[in-house]
Amino acid sequence: MSENTERPRGEMVTFSLNGSYVQADPKWSLLEAMQFYGLNIPTLCHDEGLTPYGTCRLCVVEIGKGDRSKLVASCMHPVREGLEVRSHSSRVMKTRKMIMELLVARCPSSKKLQDMASMMELKEVRFEPANDDCILCGLCVRMCEEQMAAKAIGFAGRGTDRYITTPFDMTSDECRKCGACMYICPVCELRCQGPQAETTLCSGCINTEPVCAEKYDDATCFMVPCLSCVKGPMDVK
Amino acid sequence: MTVDESKLDSIIDKHDVEEGSLIPILQDIQTEYSYLPKEALEHVSQRLNIPMVQIFGVATFFKAFSLKPKGKNQIHVCMGTACHVRGAKNVLENLERELGIKAGDTTDDGEYTLETVNCVGACALGPVVVNNEKHHGQMTPIKVESLLSTKPV
Ligand code: SF4
Ligand code: SF4
Ligand code: FES
Ligand code: FES
Repeated sequence: MSENTERPRGEMVTFSLNGSYVQADPKWSLLEAMQFYGLNIPTLCHDEGLTPYGTCRLCVVEIGKGDRSKLVASCMHPVREGLEVRSHSSRVMKTRKMIMELLVARCPSSKKLQDMASMMELKEVRFEPANDDCILCGLCVRMCEEQMAAKAIGFAGRGTDRYITTPFDMTSDECRKCGACMYICPVCELRCQGPQAETTLCSGCINTEPVCAEKYDDATCFMVPCLSCVKGPMDVK
Repeated sequence: MTVDESKLDSIIDKHDVEEGSLIPILQDIQTEYSYLPKEALEHVSQRLNIPMVQIFGVATFFKAFSLKPKGKNQIHVCMGTACHVRGAKNVLENLERELGIKAGDTTDDGEYTLETVNCVGACALGPVVVNNEKHHGQMTPIKVESLLSTKPV
């Protein structure tokens, strides 16, 4: 689309979201704009009250046209005049699913991750489960610093050895034991103890998958869970 | 270990007392004490007004910083690709056996610290062992032992 096909009203910028022109406050991130328009974008490291951090990459969207399009983390990307955004293209959904698969393999004991995996119709995890207890989303660090003004915990180490800790791995004087870090952690929560409580992937709640995306390269509706074009529960691995 | 605050202050005052000077200050402290003493970091945290946890994050991120005292002699065994295929593993294993420590550790008497690095840029000479910043090429498990006996303190 050319930038002047639609006049911005007031301070708003206009961009294309899944083919429709929409307007947004220029201060918004793409994620905020998409949430404003009611789209359900999975996120793990995002929280309204905290600075966006962009680590989990689950919120990816495709921007740009054709083979020049690229994937960006929508929580970190500003809305811009004339952007072309696809939130549910098949490339985006494939990527999200892969990220989800890696996350579940890292922390299969998290209810939140299992629920999200089911929501995305993840059907298998091809990686060795790591049984870790942290996905390094940094929510606890930001919570402690930005909302509790304690700065008691942070990242230490590097690369595969990165972990969350207090200075010198010792009980911190700064920590006031408010529990906010545990409250916000997506992983500090035991998963549902249903019939598949021990498997890497629970997927007990899956029953359908969007068959349209494969055919049209975009999902054609945004119902959660996807109900159209139904496949029976028996198709689930 | 107790840390002399006035000495620390003189290190800190050589730099602008602001957040951006954290790494150069830590480097100077590392050079001075051969590690980053906890008390020193606490002092830096107060002076620069940087939360302790952030300093800890920086100190554990860079390999140049160490939170444990380093030995007088620092031995770095190159484990880069070229040195690896030429048998650096055996060289390292023999050093570990001779010193009775694992890579990353320091001997109890504080004489030696043994560490691995990934390529020191002298691949043609591999396996390379860097002993107190002096490069030794074409090392073998037997030859490295001579590095220990000379003890260049
Ligand atoms: S419990 Fe301690 S570490 Fe956790 S958010 Fe509160 S002050 Fe920070
Ligand atoms: S402890 Fe929880 S909130 Fe903190 S980084 Fe890990 S997964 Fe995220
Ligand atoms: S929500 Fe955007 S990267 Fe995690
Ligand atoms: S691999 Fe050892 S010097 Fe390059």
